[in-house]
Amino acid sequence: MTTDSNEHSAGHHGHSHLSREESATLDRRTIDYVQRAAATGLYEIRGLGAKRVVPNFDDLVFLGASLSRYPLEGYREKCSTRTVLGTRFAKKPVELAIPITIAGMSFGALSANVKEALGRAATEMGTSTTTGDGGMTREERDSSRTLIYQCLPSRYGFDPDDVRSADAIEIVIGQGAKPGGGGMLLGQKVNPRVAAMRTLPEGVDQRSASRHPDWTGPDDLAIKIRELREITDWEKPIYVKVGATRVFNDVKLAVHSGADVIVVDGMQGGTAATQTCFIEHVGIPTLAALRQAVDAIEDLNMRGKVQLIISGGIRTGADVAKAIAMGADAVSIGQGVLVALGCNSETYVQDGQHVSALADYHRLGTAPGFCHHCHTGQCPVGVTTQDALLEQRLQPLTGARRVRNYLKTLNMELTTIARACGKQDVHHLEREDLVALSVEAAAMARLPLAGTSWIPGYSAPTM
Amino acid sequence: MAHLKQFDLAVTTLREVNHYLHKQMVADGVQSVSILNPDGAHSLACGMNAPADIEIDGHVGYYVAGMNKYASVTVNGNAGPGAAENMMSGFVRVRGFASTSAAASARGGCMVIEGDASTRCGISLKGADIVVGGDVGSFSGFMAQAGRMVICGDAGDALGDSLYEAVIYVRGKVKSLGADAQYETMADADRASVAELLGVAGFKHDPAEFRRIASARKLYHWNADANQEY
Repeated sequence: MTTDSNEHSAGHHGHSHLSREESATLDRRTIDYVQRAAATGLYEIRGLGAKRVVPNFDDLVFLGASLSRYPLEGYREKCSTRTVLGTRFAKKPVELAIPITIAGMSFGALSANVKEALGRAATEMGTSTTTGDGGMTREERDSSRTLIYQCLPSRYGFDPDDVRSADAIEIVIGQGAKPGGGGMLLGQKVNPRVAAMRTLPEGVDQRSASRHPDWTGPDDLAIKIRELREITDWEKPIYVKVGATRVFNDVKLAVHSGADVIVVDGMQGGTAATQTCFIEHVGIPTLAALRQAVDAIEDLNMRGKVQLIISGGIRTGADVAKAIAMGADAVSIGQGVLVALGCNSETYVQDGQHVSALADYHRLGTAPGFCHHCHTGQCPVGVTTQDALLEQRLQPLTGARRVRNYLKTLNMELTTIARACGKQDVHHLEREDLVALSVEAAAMARLPLAGTSWIPGYSAPTM
Repeated sequence: MAHLKQFDLAVTTLREVNHYLHKQMVADGVQSVSILNPDGAHSLACGMNAPADIEIDGHVGYYVAGMNKYASVTVNGNAGPGAAENMMSGFVRVRGFASTSAAASARGGCMVIEGDASTRCGISLKGADIVVGGDVGSFSGFMAQAGRMVICGDAGDALGDSLYEAVIYVRGKVKSLGADAQYETMADADRASVAELLGVAGFKHDPAEFRRIASARKLYHWNADANQEY
């Protein structure tokens, strides 16, 4: 009773709020982190990409046409979205109807149903999809008109027949969520089929290599690229994908090594399973990475000869338009596509009927809108799972329709913006069409702050 | 010999040779190909997808017989990095030395190196067999997942680091084992494996002289008490 009366009186004196003051250094999130670390002795592993706020494409806006420029009729005049990748050396470049591609995601991380759905959607939209760390599945090859085959450090399931059946080869140096790190697939997702494809024992916590087994550094990469060209008789484009860190130098080295197409993945890019400290603290934002990549290609006078694909947190048609205006030839989307399939949705769709997945989110200790539990293999909507029952929650035709609709929406938004800027071809969007809303974004993207001619940290070269 | 085709890389380009091997050889009914003056060429006879005996007289650069399927490739000389990398089937013999990453990630077939192999021999091995007549460098058998390695000489540091299910047999000294690799008792099946592979390679050693190295399987799963020592 004495205690109660003391607290009561403290409240009367107006001091109680001080006893509830949260520390900025040790806030509740940090306390939870420390206590979790103390309990487990193991770092946290999770899926998806960086959650922290970083400067991004939302910090840019377009200068639509007006008196100084005139627009195209939004619903009538032609606006081309055709995109050709791999024109430098390949006899058979990749020709796409839209500049929006589907990023590399592994069978293993995703179910075979999902891989099939992505292939179907990409084919309907005239774009490409990409394999991942774990080899090519029959489902995705059969359903994809244009399939990019990844050559990763692990070489799981790597097969020269798949090299020959692919439409392009993508040598993966790193990914935005974990530049410098190898893949990770926890045991619960290494089911018999995944294990067999990767030549691993079932159920192992699989940690892939972070360096390629048969080459080291850019001089070797040049020779590796030529080997792939020889094997494919110089027909197929060779992409090189880097996680965004020292982008200016890495892109230059990749171009020097003979790549046809460079893929740069910024820090907001997703992953199926990676240490949280890696996701949040290694790599630079996509916006900054894109600026450096374009600078590198222009510095080498290779614009139009080597194509650039940017990825890492591309979500909307406006994001696509801004990326292209800044100098990308195409974008690649992973997480947005998963969300289109139903990731973080309250329901999954079975034969046209919505079924609640809330109880399963709850079992994972999460809720729709917050879930990043791809690593557990217990995806409540059947996207990132290898569980025989859960994977049925994503039906290929339903998934394909949703992804197709998503890509279609993005493409309509892209052409809407391009027409408003007076462009008959989305690839005519240019830096001059953009301004920045924040000082940080202006500095990273090297664009003027809106309403000014000020580009922080940049002085125009004097004539 | 009938069905024999000869190339001289001093006068023919690498591209022409590989194009022939990929696109024309089978149609011509050629089963034996001889290649002269490779002069360190990279990617020679890579991407083979048909049975044939290919003999290369001289030293080759990177990725000789890379991703080989079906073919039997012999290098009468030394080979650069990544010889027979990701081989699927067939047979590759290097009569001299092999540089780093020989038979990296190879999934099937057999590679014989009569001399020494450098570092990372058999890295990420996925099912192929490797027989090395001499020594192997550091980190050989790194993360090897399946397949067999027979090393007739000595091994450098960190042999078999992070092994999965591949098995390594060594006759000579081992400078050090890598993380999670351990010596195990040789069983009859092991001696039979070694005898079989020595026979294929044409090396005359007593299988009883070899030691078996395999995974302790302590890194297969996260272990909260391991303090991330992996």
